[in-house]
Amino acid sequence: MADITAPAYRIIPIVPALKPGAMEGKGPFVASDKINEAIGFPGQLVEDWHDKAIAKMGDLLSKYRSLKVYMDACVHCGACSDKCHYFIGTQDPKNMPVARQDLMRSVYRRYFTLPGKLFPKLVGARDLTREVLDEWYNYFNQCSECRRCSVFCPYGIDTAEVTMAAREILDSVGYGQKYSNEIIGKVHKIGNNLGLPGPALRDTLEGLEEDVKDATGIDVKFPMDVKGAEVLLITPSADFFAEPHIDSLIGYAKVFHATGTSWTLSSMSSEAGNFGMFIGNYDQLRTIAMRIRQAALELGVKRIVVGECGHAWRVAYSFWNTLNGVGDGADADDKFAQMLQKQLDHRYKQPMHICEFTWDAIQAGTLTFDKTKNDKHIITFHDSCNVARGSRMGDYAGGQFEIPRNIIKACANNFVEMDPRTTREQTFCCGGGGGLLTDDLLDLRVKGALPRMEVLQQVKDEQGVNFMATICAICKAQFTKVLPIYGFERKMVGGVHQLVSNAIILGEDK
Amino acid sequence: MASIVFGVVFYLATLLFVVGLLYRIKTYASTPAPLKIPTTPAPITKGGVVLRMAREVLFFESLFKANLWIWSAGWLFHAGLALVTLRHLRYFTEPVWGWIAFMQPFGIYAGIAMLMGLCGLWARRLFVERIRYISTPSDHLMLVLLIGITGTGLLMQFVAHTDVIAVKGFFIGLMHLNILMLPADLLLIVHLSLVVSLLVVFPFSKLLHAPGVFFSPTRNQTDNPREKRHLSDWAAKLESEK
Repeated sequence: MADITAPAYRIIPIVPALKPGAMEGKGPFVASDKINEAIGFPGQLVEDWHDKAIAKMGDLLSKYRSLKVYMDACVHCGACSDKCHYFIGTQDPKNMPVARQDLMRSVYRRYFTLPGKLFPKLVGARDLTREVLDEWYNYFNQCSECRRCSVFCPYGIDTAEVTMAAREILDSVGYGQKYSNEIIGKVHKIGNNLGLPGPALRDTLEGLEEDVKDATGIDVKFPMDVKGAEVLLITPSADFFAEPHIDSLIGYAKVFHATGTSWTLSSMSSEAGNFGMFIGNYDQLRTIAMRIRQAALELGVKRIVVGECGHAWRVAYSFWNTLNGVGDGADADDKFAQMLQKQLDHRYKQPMHICEFTWDAIQAGTLTFDKTKNDKHIITFHDSCNVARGSRMGDYAGGQFEIPRNIIKACANNFVEMDPRTTREQTFCCGGGGGLLTDDLLDLRVKGALPRMEVLQQVKDEQGVNFMATICAICKAQFTKVLPIYGFERKMVGGVHQLVSNAIILGEDK
Repeated sequence: MASIVFGVVFYLATLLFVVGLLYRIKTYASTPAPLKIPTTPAPITKGGVVLRMAREVLFFESLFKANLWIWSAGWLFHAGLALVTLRHLRYFTEPVWGWIAFMQPFGIYAGIAMLMGLCGLWARRLFVERIRYISTPSDHLMLVLLIGITGTGLLMQFVAHTDVIAVKGFFIGLMHLNILMLPADLLLIVHLSLVVSLLVVFPFSKLLHAPGVFFSPTRNQTDNPREKRHLSDWAAKLESEK
């Protein structure tokens, strides 16, 4: 990978010139027979892929209003054309959101609309050939489903919905992506994306208890499979061993300790991430989410709290109530959801983000901080796309922006914002989301990080920023990898609860 | 004879337009939205959603955030189109409603605004590299069609008047299932032929963005997934099978 270098910074905010074909290629590694079959997809490209793919497309068009409307509504106005980080970083015109959608829209027009059947050339319709299918595989695996384009589209067209549909069609004909499908197989089999079995997790947690004891002198527990605990923590499995993720896990544990909350992890359901969303497959999405329901019922918990993970929080916040019943407001005759919702304590939000939990505790005065412990950091905050544009925290629209910032300001003295055109709802993806966090896509990941790196450089140069906090496992892993390629310190990225962990005062005053 | 042909064509085009559009709307309305996907931050109440949609439809809020050039040209065109359409109600009402009579002069300025907007949009399509890249022949033709309609309309206003009394007679007649004579002016014939084409193309083209925006889940959903369980029929079936 030595040949992968960072693209040059733009003079902000110039729109790059087009480089057609810049990212042509075979795309990421294709899933093997074994990987595909393990999760119920055809092992390899089926004989009648053409008919199957068109049939699947028709099926999705009848099941998803988003796809149906978005295939029709685009007027090619160009509002989205310069909004995608992958377009900015690669200059490949097919990475413009509208052009990416058109890869599918052209096929939709050919097979599902009258003008496309009669005058394909006129309306830009085309047959689904093998070349087109390969093009789909390549370019729909260059979208991180970050939804930045949907913020700017006058009709709210969300390329993520189109990418998900395309990947679903590709999977249905046996043309799946290795990274995502392999991970989905692991979570079904073992309970988390990394394939860490229960005993290994228990070892890790015991090790953490010792580490925290050594560092603070306090017995902070990392409980697992405790029946009758109040809180079930569902967190991305990267938190159990990856750097800097693990520092945030320590932060959550300290918050639970300081607030006197009884909590537990689950060895069976040890994953917040849900790659079912990335591949747009409702069954996978639902089956993975069902593990959380099962753990909650078995452990008899009253609350479910979710750790720092972007897409996981979107799935938890926006989809869990639909998929597994974790939430509120089910109909009285909805036995499936009521069974769980009766068990949960509705004085609290269900599910709740760890940042909501911590911020509530800060407001209630149950946490105290020594802010000087974070004085070595000049901190900025990177909004993660799925949190920013696919979820909420707190009671008001935009709470997902304020609450993490409030926590940082409560436990640190130096906080700086990046360019407002790149934060909050307009935040740029880290470049590794949506099932693209794999080394066979490293070139794309480095290029996709460009817009974030540009503005990070700006606050580093102008305000001395040396720490970028974020609340997403994928962002953390992606930045750890690409920061050095752009000439930053890899340790510059970390979690919000890592800062909490640094500054929180445990026990000694009590 | 030409008038009869035009009369029949207008009936058919209107029928196609109405039926086609209703069919599309029915398809959008009956296709389920299984998951909550509003682009957040999103309104947390129904009233908030109505406001968001109103800002989107009346002021093109998202487009405003995206690109001021496209927004200016696009909004100028659409606002102009709205006024011009209202102005044309005088050909279909007898006596003309008071407020329609009042807004007649504004409708003329609106026609000019419309043309400017359309030319702006076409200029972007022709000269901005990335928008030229995404344009299909039909995108250009659609602008040509609209510029043709607007241009012939303005020419009749400012250069070669047609017999508007007779035109009005023709349309009022159509509304009473009675085909009367239409003035045999070239500009008028071109103007009306292009309008017929627009009616016909509407339900089959990207003009469906007009009804589509109201059905866009990223814009019309309330952000309350934790508070209220959202379940589509086909997703609910997965639960009963367990």
